Amino acid sequence: MGVFALWIVLPPVVVRSIAAPLLIGGVGVALGAWAIRDGARRAGWGAVASGLIGMIGGVFITRASADNLTAVVTWSTLVSLTLTFTTPLLFASLGGMFSERSGVVNIGLEGMMLMGAFFGAWGADKTNGWVGGLAIGILAGALLALVHAYFSIHLRTDQIISGTAVNFLAFGITGYIFNDIWGGSGGISSGGVPPLPGVPTFSLGFLDSIPPQALGTFLHDSLADISLLTLVAFALVPITYVVMFRTALGLRIRSCGEHPRAADTVGIDVYAVRYGSVVTSGALAAAGGAFLSIGYVNSFSEQMTAGRGYIALAALIFGNWRPVGVLGATLMFGFASALSPQLENVDAWAKYGQLFQALPYLLTLIAVAGVIGRSTPPAAVGRPYKKQ
Amino acid sequence: MGGLVVLVISHKNPLETYREIFNGSGLNWFGSFCSSSGTATSIPCTATSNLQQTLIQFTVLVLTGLAVAFAFRCGMFNIGGQGQYIAGTVAAIWLGTSLSGLPAPIHVLLCIAAATLAGALWAGIAGFLKATVGAHEVITTIMLNYIAIWGATYLINGGPLQDPNGGAAPISRQIDPGAQLPVIWDQDLNGGIHLPQGLHMGVFIALGALVLYWAVINRTTLGYSVRAVGFNPEAARYGGISVSRNYFLAMAISGAFAGLAGSMDILGWVHRLDTTYTSATGYSQIAFIGIAVALLGRNTAVGVFLAAMLFAALKTGTSTRNLDPNVFRPELANNLTQLIQGLIVLFVGADVLILYLWTKGKKLRLPTGRGSRI
Repeated sequence: MGVFALWIVLPPVVVRSIAAPLLIGGVGVALGAWAIRDGARRAGWGAVASGLIGMIGGVFITRASADNLTAVVTWSTLVSLTLTFTTPLLFASLGGMFSERSGVVNIGLEGMMLMGAFFGAWGADKTNGWVGGLAIGILAGALLALVHAYFSIHLRTDQIISGTAVNFLAFGITGYIFNDIWGGSGGISSGGVPPLPGVPTFSLGFLDSIPPQALGTFLHDSLADISLLTLVAFALVPITYVVMFRTALGLRIRSCGEHPRAADTVGIDVYAVRYGSVVTSGALAAAGGAFLSIGYVNSFSEQMTAGRGYIALAALIFGNWRPVGVLGATLMFGFASALSPQLENVDAWAKYGQLFQALPYLLTLIAVAGVIGRSTPPAAVGRPYKKQ
Repeated sequence: MGGLVVLVISHKNPLETYREIFNGSGLNWFGSFCSSSGTATSIPCTATSNLQQTLIQFTVLVLTGLAVAFAFRCGMFNIGGQGQYIAGTVAAIWLGTSLSGLPAPIHVLLCIAAATLAGALWAGIAGFLKATVGAHEVITTIMLNYIAIWGATYLINGGPLQDPNGGAAPISRQIDPGAQLPVIWDQDLNGGIHLPQGLHMGVFIALGALVLYWAVINRTTLGYSVRAVGFNPEAARYGGISVSRNYFLAMAISGAFAGLAGSMDILGWVHRLDTTYTSATGYSQIAFIGIAVALLGRNTAVGVFLAAMLFAALKTGTSTRNLDPNVFRPELANNLTQLIQGLIVLFVGADVLILYLWTKGKKLRLPTGRGSRI
């Protein structure tokens, strides 16, 4: 109900009276409170929260001028931007799921993403095609993950420290080589990176003709020019679900994460499974990073991942280590990222542009703080395993 | 070692490079061996000046290192030093520019206090979240980092702290002269030119902080309970120590150190805030070097002192001004330092096992335990 309250005040259905969202949101809050009393605490609190958000948001938005509203909330732009921003997060987060489900915390997702971004760009440049770039990027991320895996699994370093160190390594390696090859001389600049061959986008022109006309145009505007990697990312969600929960391999991975000792006694090679999972996570994160460079902006700049690896990790936690949850969480963060540049369109708020960049991070903070529900990690995650 | 490998791979002469870095850091001052690596700039790079720069960096690194070390002692990984540092700089700038006419010592103290408090609050958010809902501090502090980065960028770029006389440049006003830390060791180049700036009083504050850290950790009840929680939260709880309260306090104190570091840079050296300090790359990595400092220094006061000195020397030695471009391109040096940092963190983190492998049978002192998990 809360969501509905919010939705009706936004274009295209612009209800300008204040009473509407208040009423509908109020109903949502009431239902939520009733559910709590009945014992369904999580759903109840969730309803209350969204009801409140719906009411407050609704009031706020009805106060805003109609022009501002249209400038910000162009649904098709929002949708397409959301999809774009969600893609790298989805890759990294699904990768992180493999690693964490096997018991290895992977803070290094950020570094692996960056390696993918840089080496994807470098590879695309060298091989003059996106396929080579993507392949090399994924390889780079996997190699970095191997380092993290070795230190965490064999040397039993604290996995957080190992992950952070691996991030530093990635910053250093990518920045170093980037400046070496493309850097400006006599000064710290990113130089001119020539346009790189990018991942192909699909132009889904046929969407235009889906009746009714309004729906068709909306679909066309938001989904046309969708990148190949975006489709792959979304396809990965059901694939990882199947692998993780419906195959023997997935079972092995999960058992290593829940109770490695038991897995070991049954004959599962815990080390091998963990190595494989971490390397997979590196490869996937790198794919996400490659999307950033050769799939989206077609260039590279230092540290362009800007914390997305960490956001992906938070999305993993928020999504309760399940593919569908991860999808929802990354969509939410992607939406927040998409909202930021849109909010800048409002003239009165243009000054505050910088602040809006912080929106995804703020949202992550709130999410991790567990405003809406707690989560249960795999039981043995974060603890090194010693074979005996 | 890793740096050596990288250098060889990139076809640079490693020995020359390290010599240049050493010269640049000013540590050769003790050997009265002055390098002539001054480049086309009109400011000659003497060993004295380099040493001063190194010590300026040392000041900040000691403080950010202590910040991370204190949190580590409680079993928490404070990666948010950057955000806390920025919070400190913002507070220092704000008080430094908006109040004027106060007698110098009071103004300085006020700014320092504000910065320390700001850092403590910023970290306190993460500590509070960990204490109440168990949110993992790594993620919360990283998010707070980015929020601080964008918040500060906003403040000096279209926000209230921007210099009205500076056009559209994202720079804050200069702080009041009364709020600046006095320079204690300066040099007079070519008659009256005091650039680059000499060492400021902050170094004493840094040394004092080292002593304070040692005293709190080893000689106070608070330090005792922090360490207890760090070794084994469950045992500590069983012994009657409030684990959540310690989580919060440890993070807050950790942030206080980092905020103090921010004030040192602003009050003693730069006197204004610009985007080099608020961006996500470049100089602002200072707090991340603090992580390496704490790890290398094994979270002890003496260790942090030595490690900070090492990294400060590395940083100054590889700064753009000091390296002869023919030997090593300066913009690469920054990244090389980061690489070296990463390798150091990696190898130090693994050292327990490596040491065990190398010295079988010797009794080892284990590092502080970590009971947290994502």
